[in-house]
Amino acid sequence: MADTLKIRVLVRPKTGILDPQGEAVRRALPALGFEGVRTVHIGRLVEMEVESADEVEGMCRRLLANPTIEEYEWEVVR
Amino acid sequence: MRIGVTVFPGSNCDRDALHAIERAGATPVELWHADASLKGVDAVVVPGGFSYGDYLRPGAIARFAKVMGSLEEFANAGGPVLGVCNGFQVLTEAHLLPGALLRNAHMRFVCSRAPVRFESVETPWTSLFESGDQLTLPVAHNEGNYFADEKTIAQIEDEGRVVLRYLENPNGSLNDIAGICNEGRNVVGLMPHPERASDPALGSGEGLKVFESVLSFAGIKA
Repeated sequence: MADTLKIRVLVRPKTGILDPQGEAVRRALPALGFEGVRTVHIGRLVEMEVESADEVEGMCRRLLANPTIEEYEWEVVR
Repeated sequence: MRIGVTVFPGSNCDRDALHAIERAGATPVELWHADASLKGVDAVVVPGGFSYGDYLRPGAIARFAKVMGSLEEFANAGGPVLGVCNGFQVLTEAHLLPGALLRNAHMRFVCSRAPVRFESVETPWTSLFESGDQLTLPVAHNEGNYFADEKTIAQIEDEGRVVLRYLENPNGSLNDIAGICNEGRNVVGLMPHPERASDPALGSGEGLKVFESVLSFAGIKA
């Protein structure tokens, strides 16, 4: 059986796109006594085991992220 | 006239859409997601709901369902397609409509009745309306906040492709956009639910005209 690679994909809202989740969390933190939080952005972490990393870019572009509103980066986890 | 309604796991407005189509005087046809055949229908409705549990992003998984390949061909050949709510989200994910539907700006699910105005009515689904017509339609969504980059917004505004606009914006959508159409004007996406306002027994019959429009557009008297 082929060895598998661990892939970690990070998807986040594009800069400048409204991130109501992040904003709601930013406002909630001071209510718990955590001061000094300037910004919060919330994205998505996708972890996969794949036989080859060749297709990961295509997976990100076509399904894991929506390029209209999100940007992504991915890495092979050692 | 035969009008299809796609059914994905998690669709929940498919029955309402089938009922509205029947009331409008057409033959409703269920189109199962795993079946590539559009069964020779003359128009297709992609209904609301939570296809595939809204996993990843609303519409992101449904967009790759088997039926969608045939639907894309049908749409690209000029066939009338209407996406409502989750159906609108599916059509943007499939790139049949520009932009995306973001989480509501206030982070709450909206379930209410929204006053809306018809803007551009030159589509198969709005042919019986006049520009400026106002009505109240049910809205029920968590991601209805229409977004597109500045250039795209300018383009759809300039080309008169905003079909429906909110009079009181319920979700933060850009330019109060509640519905748009594609460049060919045959594909329409609406966040409000005309099918849920297609029977006076359900409180309003005003939305039925959307389904009657597509018959009228095809030259069939409603």
